[in-house]
Amino acid sequence: MRRYLGRKLLIYVLTFFLAVTIDWLIPRFMPGDPVQTMLSRASLHAEAVEVMHGYYTRAFGLDVPVWRQYLNFWVAIFHGDLGTSVYLFPQPVIKIIMRAVPYDVFLLLPAILLSWFAGNWFGAFAARNKWLDNTLLPLGYILTATPYMWLGILLAWLFGVVLGIFPIAGAYSFSMRPHLSWAFIGSVVKHWFLPFASIFLVKFGGWAIGMRNMIIYELEADYSHYLEALGAPRGLIRKYAFRNAILPQITGLSLDLGVIVAGALVTEVVFSYPGIGYLILQAIQNQDYFLIQGCFLFIIIGVLLANFAIDIAYVIVDPRTRLGMVGESA
Amino acid sequence: MSKRKVRSETLYFALRNNKLRVGLSVILFFLVLTFVGPLLTHYAPYDYVNPLGAQPPSAKYWFGTTMFGQDVFTQFVHGLKATFLVGVVGGGLGTLIGILIGFTAGYRGGVVDEVLNMITNIVLVIPTLAILLIIAAYLKVRGILTESIFIGCTAWPWAARAIRAQTFSLRSREFVDLARLSGMSPWRIIFTEIAPNMMSYLLLVFILQFGGAILNAATLDFIGLGPTNAVSLGLMMNNAVLWGALLLGIWWWFVPPGLAIMAIVGALYVTNVGLDEVFNPKLREM
Repeated sequence: MRRYLGRKLLIYVLTFFLAVTIDWLIPRFMPGDPVQTMLSRASLHAEAVEVMHGYYTRAFGLDVPVWRQYLNFWVAIFHGDLGTSVYLFPQPVIKIIMRAVPYDVFLLLPAILLSWFAGNWFGAFAARNKWLDNTLLPLGYILTATPYMWLGILLAWLFGVVLGIFPIAGAYSFSMRPHLSWAFIGSVVKHWFLPFASIFLVKFGGWAIGMRNMIIYELEADYSHYLEALGAPRGLIRKYAFRNAILPQITGLSLDLGVIVAGALVTEVVFSYPGIGYLILQAIQNQDYFLIQGCFLFIIIGVLLANFAIDIAYVIVDPRTRLGMVGESA
Repeated sequence: MSKRKVRSETLYFALRNNKLRVGLSVILFFLVLTFVGPLLTHYAPYDYVNPLGAQPPSAKYWFGTTMFGQDVFTQFVHGLKATFLVGVVGGGLGTLIGILIGFTAGYRGGVVDEVLNMITNIVLVIPTLAILLIIAAYLKVRGILTESIFIGCTAWPWAARAIRAQTFSLRSREFVDLARLSGMSPWRIIFTEIAPNMMSYLLLVFILQFGGAILNAATLDFIGLGPTNAVSLGLMMNNAVLWGALLLGIWWWFVPPGLAIMAIVGALYVTNVGLDEVFNPKLREM
């Protein structure tokens, strides 16, 4: 187990290192000078621009040698300092992101977990069941092939505009300020529901299909036939098949995180939901490279943490990893 | 069994597999529409043809017109072309890189495998879209082909991993040992002994990459980082949302592009499972 987790950890550390390096490169390789962009917004005198340019170059730490900048970046990261936003100057990037993170957790955690559990349960149930296989599984294929934003748009249009049941923008009513009351919580939940539903539905289809196919593989495996020949009850065989089929689904969850992040991003854009996805779009549109940098870093950290959590879950579920029997494929 | 007989048997099951039939028909339908569609319309995608602005579907404008009076059907059929192009180029490139890395890692083993596996795992963890966003934001002028290439270059990791695992299980077989003993070069062994035995598998990988590339492109286009000089289905949705088609109820603007993507990708997935059943007798419905 130590070998298994150690290997994973090494990969994550390397990934983090590489990701931070890419992250550091973002503002430096982007076309245009971010400082210039910010100054052109302020429309100052030519001399003032020069002075300000010098000031901001120093303020953003761009006046030291490149290798020094790189080291400084690492030091700053560990101090939680991600620089200053250009678009929302002078707010620190970390503060802007911290405002957005709770919305992402609130949206993604339930959507990912619920769709995974529900999808797996449903897929296992539908496998080799003629009626369900022929009626509801096509629905699964349709759902998993649906682009996130399109489902979001459809739901927003149907439930938001045509039926007027749900709001279609923001995280809570524009007439409210965040405070602790039932009215506010109700408003938050109401705004949360449609974005949640669009991510949930797409993923639900994917997991159900995956589980259904996995179970059929397992039911056709030699051990299942052997059990069958021994006269084991159908339920027992299915239980063993399910236990084996769930493992690739756990791996699938960690492989799928990147796609879910992308899906969440466009869903947030459709519903103007103030998470990191919505933020990153604004950052790109305003050429705020420091904010892009911060969002990218947070996405990476989030994905790495989630991956690690999934690895630990895998160790708990699959006894072979604990005994060191699975090292190669992991 | 002779090779010919195997082939005809595969064909026999392929023609009788409902999933395959449905999937391929849908794809064929959209493919035909892609080529025939542009001949049925005499406008260019961004021509302002209807001075009245947004109008629902009618005999003259089959899919209605956008808020600016552009013909939705024209944009739609041209967007389909972009979708298939992204699928073929992006999915093809992703599969190709996956094949090269997967074969090398799986056949060579040892240190080469360790290094390649490490790289694959690292690229696998980094969210693809984050990378694509940055590249797309960096390029001021973007074409569909550029977009496809970048999508292909970031989509290969899972394919590489899957192909590596398959190669691993094939490389210790007797016929591969025999080929090695006869002094064949590694790449020749890979392409004449190993690859033919997993052709069906590679086809399935390509189909999934095809669908993934289409969805990735739609995502990029939707956030406005798609092609700057062409029309695509994702871009249509982007424009529709940007200009308030939702609140104005111009449903004919945003329904067709998403529906087409869903149908094409869904059909690809169904085809994939159908082919799996054809190639793998164990999975056939009883």
